[in-house]
Amino acid sequence: MTRIAKRPPDVLVRIVADRWTEPFWSAACDDRLTCAQCANCGRFRMPPSPFCPYCQSQDLNWPDLPGTGTVYSFTVVERAVLPGSEDSIPYVAAVIALDGAEPARLISNIVDSDADAIRIGAPVRVVFDHLSDGQSLPRFVLSENPA
Amino acid sequence: MSETFGLKDRTAIVGLGATPYWKRGQSAPCTLQELICTAIIAAAADAGIAVPDIDGFAYFATDFDTGGLMETLGIREVGFSSMLTGSGGGSAGAVGLASAAIVAGLAETVVVVCGVQQGALRYGAMPSTYDATAESCFYQSAGLVGPGHMFALLAERHMHLYGTTREHFAEVAISTRANALTHPAAIMKKPLTLDDYFAAPMISTPHCLFDFCLETDGAIAVIVTSTDRARDLRQKPVYVHASAQGGAGEWGRSIYWMNMPDDSFAASGHAAVARQLYARADVGPSGIDTAQIYDHFTSQVLMQLEDYGFCGKGESGDFVASGAIRFDGGSLPVNTDGGQLSGGYIWGMSHIREAVDQMRGTAANQVRDARFALVTGGPSDIPVSGLILRAAA
Repeated sequence: MTRIAKRPPDVLVRIVADRWTEPFWSAACDDRLTCAQCANCGRFRMPPSPFCPYCQSQDLNWPDLPGTGTVYSFTVVERAVLPGSEDSIPYVAAVIALDGAEPARLISNIVDSDADAIRIGAPVRVVFDHLSDGQSLPRFVLSENPA
Repeated sequence: MSETFGLKDRTAIVGLGATPYWKRGQSAPCTLQELICTAIIAAAADAGIAVPDIDGFAYFATDFDTGGLMETLGIREVGFSSMLTGSGGGSAGAVGLASAAIVAGLAETVVVVCGVQQGALRYGAMPSTYDATAESCFYQSAGLVGPGHMFALLAERHMHLYGTTREHFAEVAISTRANALTHPAAIMKKPLTLDDYFAAPMISTPHCLFDFCLETDGAIAVIVTSTDRARDLRQKPVYVHASAQGGAGEWGRSIYWMNMPDDSFAASGHAAVARQLYARADVGPSGIDTAQIYDHFTSQVLMQLEDYGFCGKGESGDFVASGAIRFDGGSLPVNTDGGQLSGGYIWGMSHIREAVDQMRGTAANQVRDARFALVTGGPSDIPVSGLILRAAA
């Protein structure tokens, strides 16, 4: 039987932004996937931080990314992490290598996909979860094995 | 490096004290301060030092109250009270911190102590209790609740790159359990088979129940003093031969960030510390007789074996499969007390305890003629740390 990758318990999803991460989350509200790119040297970094580690510049670009990527690593969480959260099992936490933003990676989830078909290197594409508090969260589905 | 400015063999561990190890929550109604003070009093007695003569404290990772310890134990005056930052990575390094204070003349008799008492809050879920911040909400919202989830991502990548298998993780768990069976302090007393391992519930792939360390209550303290003074004390001194703390910037926030470069993602973060450590020591990996390796997860034992140079990068699976880390016949007996997987989990202090026993020649599973012992702190964000102890001739 196919096991569908679910979502982690909602209680864990609390988006907090500061001036350096806010553009990432506001883009997500518009269904856009972006990544912090140094405006001086062009290198990408995630999560967004206040200085470029290569050139110390604080200037950033927030380009639209294609919204695709590959699974860099993943774990299928099979044991409920919080009391009463059994319904969320299994969910898949993953590190996603973002197309168009190499070498930056995003910690996220693979959802609505065959949990047992996930492999490192598998192509994924972004979906956006719109949360009840108005925030939005990019997550990913398998491009070739959607549920 | 001139020895005049180094720490090599200039200090020694002269006292060792511990409470029993209890399964999580079983130490009630003892308080955490009571456990810690019990360990300190026992360490002072072991050394033949009067408790009020303690004049320094070196900690790591946890929230300690030196003033409270002084009042409770009747300690007259302290010249040093410091903590290695970070999370669990500093256990081995706290001994070096104590040594540095002694060599610098800041204190003479320094305690390194850690106590663990897990009640309602399980340490494995601690990151989920941190208030969400602009940094943490990236991993928290992905459901990375505890280190067991985070290190699973590194383990999966290691399997992908190097062909490491769950059988290799199992060998760490099984060999460590075998050591626990013959160690009186260890909690787990039932043999572990490969069938048991594969029958265990999966927690977070590829980690099953037996890839996780125990949840333990207890406390352990050691006392460090100058080598000159150590010669006059009760126990055979165990020299602090080399110490290192820190790590490479590319490892940085590691499991909380997941943007380490590709060639160091499936790793323990210890490679830079290992280089520093061996550069300060008389021995390299081949001179280490026993290694007490921080085993919060089996997969991280493998990656530390690589980062400390006991085998090549990606070769740790084959290394353990050869029987190399077994107490019975292995070239590098690892976690001879049952480790944190099967002995007790006191945030790395049990590894220091076991290394001291090995260097005294009094260990339950004594490695014959052991002269140098490696101790590692927990792979985590920076700083991580390592320690080499040397037996007195």
